[in-house]
Amino acid sequence: MAKPKVATASLAGCFGCHMSILDIDDRILKLAELVEFHKSPINDIKKFSERCLVGIIEGGCCNEENVHVLQDFRKNCDLLISLGDCATMGGLPAMRNHVPLEECLAEAYLHGPTVHNPAKQIPNDPEIPLILDKVYPLHEVVKIDLHLPGCPPPADAIWEVLVALLNNKPIDLKYGLLRYD
Amino acid sequence: MAENLEKVIQEVTARYGKDRTRMMDIVREVQARLGHVSGAAMDLIAREVKSHRVEVEGVVTFYAFYTDRPKGRHVIRVTDCVTARMRHVDEVVAAFEKELGIRVGETTPDGQITLERTSCIGLCDQGPAALIDDVPVTYISSDKVKSLVRVLRETGDAKKLVKTLGEGNNALDLVHSMVINNIRKRGDVIFAPFESGSAIRNAAAVSPAEVIRSVKTARLRGRGGAGFPAGMKGEFARNAAGDRKFLLCNADEGEPGTFKDRVILTEAPDLLFEGMAVAGYAIGATEGILYLRGEYAYLRPYLEHVLEQRRAKKLLGKGIAGKAGFDFDVRIQLGAGAYICGEESGLIRSCEGLRGSPRDRPPFPVERGYLDLPTVVNNVETLCCAARVLEKGAAWFAQIGSEQSSGTKLFSVSGDCRRPGVYELPFGLTVAEFLKEVGGDDAQAVQVGGPSGTCIDRGQFGRKLGFEDLPTGGSMIVIGPQRDILDVAAAFMEFFVEESCGWCAPCRIGNVLIRERLERIRAGKGLPEDLTYLEELCTTVKKTSRCGLGQTSPNPVATTLQNFRKAYEAKLLPARQDGRQPTFDLRAALSEAVRVQGREPVAH
Repeated sequence: MAKPKVATASLAGCFGCHMSILDIDDRILKLAELVEFHKSPINDIKKFSERCLVGIIEGGCCNEENVHVLQDFRKNCDLLISLGDCATMGGLPAMRNHVPLEECLAEAYLHGPTVHNPAKQIPNDPEIPLILDKVYPLHEVVKIDLHLPGCPPPADAIWEVLVALLNNKPIDLKYGLLRYD
Repeated sequence: MAENLEKVIQEVTARYGKDRTRMMDIVREVQARLGHVSGAAMDLIAREVKSHRVEVEGVVTFYAFYTDRPKGRHVIRVTDCVTARMRHVDEVVAAFEKELGIRVGETTPDGQITLERTSCIGLCDQGPAALIDDVPVTYISSDKVKSLVRVLRETGDAKKLVKTLGEGNNALDLVHSMVINNIRKRGDVIFAPFESGSAIRNAAAVSPAEVIRSVKTARLRGRGGAGFPAGMKGEFARNAAGDRKFLLCNADEGEPGTFKDRVILTEAPDLLFEGMAVAGYAIGATEGILYLRGEYAYLRPYLEHVLEQRRAKKLLGKGIAGKAGFDFDVRIQLGAGAYICGEESGLIRSCEGLRGSPRDRPPFPVERGYLDLPTVVNNVETLCCAARVLEKGAAWFAQIGSEQSSGTKLFSVSGDCRRPGVYELPFGLTVAEFLKEVGGDDAQAVQVGGPSGTCIDRGQFGRKLGFEDLPTGGSMIVIGPQRDILDVAAAFMEFFVEESCGWCAPCRIGNVLIRERLERIRAGKGLPEDLTYLEELCTTVKKTSRCGLGQTSPNPVATTLQNFRKAYEAKLLPARQDGRQPTFDLRAALSEAVRVQGREPVAH
């Protein structure tokens, strides 16, 4: 029987959660025996070509591309895991949610104290995805099956969740593994 | 001006012995004389009573009726109670806004009138109502607003708004109020005739321990809602170490839909003060405080007068009823518009001149309460019952009502019924019997015990009112078939968000989150999982909040989710098959970027 497939993506995140995935250390070899990594920054596969059992997503949705990637994951994965505080709550990027978009861009590219932008240009290349009015946690955009908080979630928590899922066992995170920092 | 300020502060603080525990009175009086309590005034008060600016400022900013900024000479506070909403209070507010040319929270440019909203003011059976300065104005309709404002402007005296007087003691010169009692049913305990001194004489003839035994035999339980056995509470305080003890009467009924104590204070204050003296004797307290909610300030002159009369009759003061050592007196502490002060430890703090934030328990007030000394806090109605127990005997009292709920109960009835008002009924009647009595047979729901109580549906109208089954502090809001039950729950959540003291996170933040999610559902943007979320959140707030407010504040949502789930489900969006959230609209989320950046999305 073919190994179950796992896909991952980082949206409006810092890749810290992916670092935490890698932080399972040598257990990654064991994981590679249990599953096959499909679309993921780890192997640089860009497109879904097969159905995946689990999609792990880091970061919230801050632009249109994030939304499309997330919807693509929802379409191609049986289970979606919202990984880390940005995915589950918006996290640091969501600090802009209290500031109107126009002011936000002006502060970032024109008026910020460390900005050097003599041409007074706000990046607007047609290829740059447009950003959303605010940063959305993943579950506000698509249905999410599991939320794993933490900034980042501990490697042991990620390991426990994956092992439980692959063995069809209930997830029971010990005290200390479920945390918000 | 500065000199005048200094003079006022010195006079006021001197009147209260420069005692920082009298901060509530000091702030109230400074505000009455100067219009508001400015930063400079706070500094001076702090200096005079040897406190700190932050403590004074804490008090000034905690209570809704105090202000650190200038307001109009007159303040109109229109109630925001759910029962007033049922009677279109929003139209009244709009009429005030139009007539005054200002919005809620603003002051007219001439500095004359400020318009505000306030939580329930205990006039739910005669609403929509407002407090104009200290004067309660009832049955306001939008067409009366014009003349109210005109009279207020012309006379500069809110008392002149009182044209017709209410019945009973409301018509006394000392009260002079348009408020009506609306006593629909008199029972044998509270509203029966009472001869002053009869209970005190019986108490003085026996030992304090025997008084407590009587109250225990009568199986009297607290009338505020929780139903703690009154005799046991008294005994705890009596046995607590120390010579100086206190008896506090909680007349801060703020639960929306509750107004029974107002009627007791108007019509039966002698019975109440008699009960306080008896209770003081029983627990060994010589000092009593009546904590009167700021909304009932109009009753204060009359209550002071009753206290004076009782002192003259030797029913208060030293050597009561001629018995050496039976000393007891009462002072009235006025509150200032904070629901949380109805919680006993919040009430105690307020009496101590602090913010009304509840404190951790244990130690319980019976061991360390007011000024850290043993203190009993009782509801107005409980103390009246205690007086009656002493007058007529424990056996007489115990045979009224039901097994675990002896005596009668006052119900304050409002909402969609033909006969709102106050009913004194024996405990143990069913909700259906109750509804028949008040003319609300077609109700779809009854909010029993106010927002912090429970909202029951027709299927539960056979349940009995009493501590065995459905306890209530007295608030009974009848909800007619035409109402949207979610509107009612939403109004209650707004109340709790407003009244949370802000000390603990579950209550301060949790109630806001509950309200937000409820609003989303009401707006037709709720998802099936929102109901689970709400249930979990309600449980968290109830389990982790510090005091009774947060432990009950999710009830409007929790009990309607349980009893009226269909009303919620009817408003939910169906889940989409493709797993996308129906509430997320990418075009809308991008519209601002399209406008600001002047181009279309990269991929559609």
